[in-house]
Amino acid sequence: MRLWINILLLCALSIACPAWGQESIDYAQSEAVAAVAAEVPEHAEPMAEEQGIDVKTVVLDHIADSYEWHICTVGEHHVTIPLLVIVRSQSGEWHCFSSSHLHAGHEYEGFRIADEGEYAGKIVEQTAEGEVVRPIDLSITKTVAGLFVNCAVLLLIVLGVARRYRNDQPDAKAKGGLAGVLEMVIDSVMEGIIIPCVGPNYRKFAPYLLTAFFFIFVNNLMGLIPIFPAGANVTGNISVTLVLAMATFFAVNVFGTRDYWKEIFWPEVPTWLKVPIPIMPAIEFIGLFTKPFSLMIRLFANILAGHAIILILTCIVFATAKLGAAVNGAMSAVSVVLSIFMNCLELLVAFLQAFVFTMLSAVFIGAAQHSEEHEHETKQIENNINN
Amino acid sequence: MGLLQPELGLLFWTSLAFGVVLFLLCKFGFPVILRSVEERRRFIDSSIDAAHEAEVRLERVTLDSEAIVEKAEAERQQILRAATEERDRIVAEARMKASEEAQRIVVEAREQAEEVREQILRDGRQQVAALAVALSEKLLRGELRDKQSQTQLADRLLDEINTQTTNIEA
Repeated sequence: MRLWINILLLCALSIACPAWGQESIDYAQSEAVAAVAAEVPEHAEPMAEEQGIDVKTVVLDHIADSYEWHICTVGEHHVTIPLLVIVRSQSGEWHCFSSSHLHAGHEYEGFRIADEGEYAGKIVEQTAEGEVVRPIDLSITKTVAGLFVNCAVLLLIVLGVARRYRNDQPDAKAKGGLAGVLEMVIDSVMEGIIIPCVGPNYRKFAPYLLTAFFFIFVNNLMGLIPIFPAGANVTGNISVTLVLAMATFFAVNVFGTRDYWKEIFWPEVPTWLKVPIPIMPAIEFIGLFTKPFSLMIRLFANILAGHAIILILTCIVFATAKLGAAVNGAMSAVSVVLSIFMNCLELLVAFLQAFVFTMLSAVFIGAAQHSEEHEHETKQIENNINN
Repeated sequence: MGLLQPELGLLFWTSLAFGVVLFLLCKFGFPVILRSVEERRRFIDSSIDAAHEAEVRLERVTLDSEAIVEKAEAERQQILRAATEERDRIVAEARMKASEEAQRIVVEAREQAEEVREQILRDGRQQVAALAVALSEKLLRGELRDKQSQTQLADRLLDEINTQTTNIEA
């Protein structure tokens, strides 16, 4: 019962204020948020269809991946950038072509984009037996292209700044400009997260954690800029957050100490919890995977929800277009105000999610670098974040 | 649900992109910045330490110099006091010597005066005696024609001399 009230409450909150919801999310709850984010357009659908704008399609089209990068529509003309399709057919050969060949349901070299069914929106291949199968698909989709752009931006910023530091003497003055900003952020992440959470071994993990932080932060921010080449929903995509969570998973478990593994398979609990049926080891072992899983879902759901809400708010303008000038004007004003508010909130969320991801990664890594006296502290930080 | 299903292609490209970014940033990015910031921090810390040390040293030097000044002052006072004492002593000594000298001179002068007086007296007596003798000779020559008168005179004279002597002595 309580769980349902919680979920309902979260639904309400995630509509009104996703940033708040993000604070209190654990992975089970964030699944609910994700579901809500996807459901919202469905509720809006019947009204929207009557008035000629399909809010659900607009929102989902943006959130989901696609084979071309749609920039805008001028009149009837869609301005899109075709991207590279790379697929491996059933016969084992690789095909590589522009996605413009598949535009509007066209078939090219035996491939087409499915309209419906299990693989709707994905490239499928028709086999000789008439079966529709999914080829191995390494296409440069919109998300991948956005990811590349964002990575380039990130590399440009960090390496450009690092170049200014390369030949520094110890008595060099503090840098101004971008280097100063970056240094400040790096310093706050180091002092605020990495050193206290990872513990004495922090030097080994600092570059990874900083990379994760800036990678997520830059991707989040670029996602908020609506103009090409930014604006792709990168960190709101579960594949991307899965890779990030896997990276943390490896950092935690590859460098885990003996104590850490002992704590998992032979924790200090009453023996009957361990010996005939290994209850605690089983729980600890599952915990190994739930930790990165929660990282993955948290980041994905928060960013996805942010994108969805901003889009829905923007769609208010078009959804009310047929209700008359007065209503439409009023609603447009509301829409703009709310969008501005949400964008500000999303700026905060962009930082917060990068911060939380880095902090939890640091805490998990710190726990795996584990010595007895650290454990208590770590648990406390973890609890603070989850509540 | 499509949104919750990871895509192989996206996984592949994300792994690749994140791997490359991670490699580049871990190799050429953050360590460089972190090292520089760390070095700067160490430099600032050591500079602050040095400044503190210099301050302490300066304080010590100030204290030292104050102590020296104080000591010099005390020494000056002592020297002045000693000099005053010495001066007083010398003056007193000189005064004493002078008064002794004066006394000595006075005593000497008195002795000399005494001597001179006695000599004068002695001379005076001799001359008076001589005169008296001469006078009496003259007188005697005139008066002493006979033996009687001579004897009378001698007696009278002797009486007179006696009275005179007694007078003088008195």
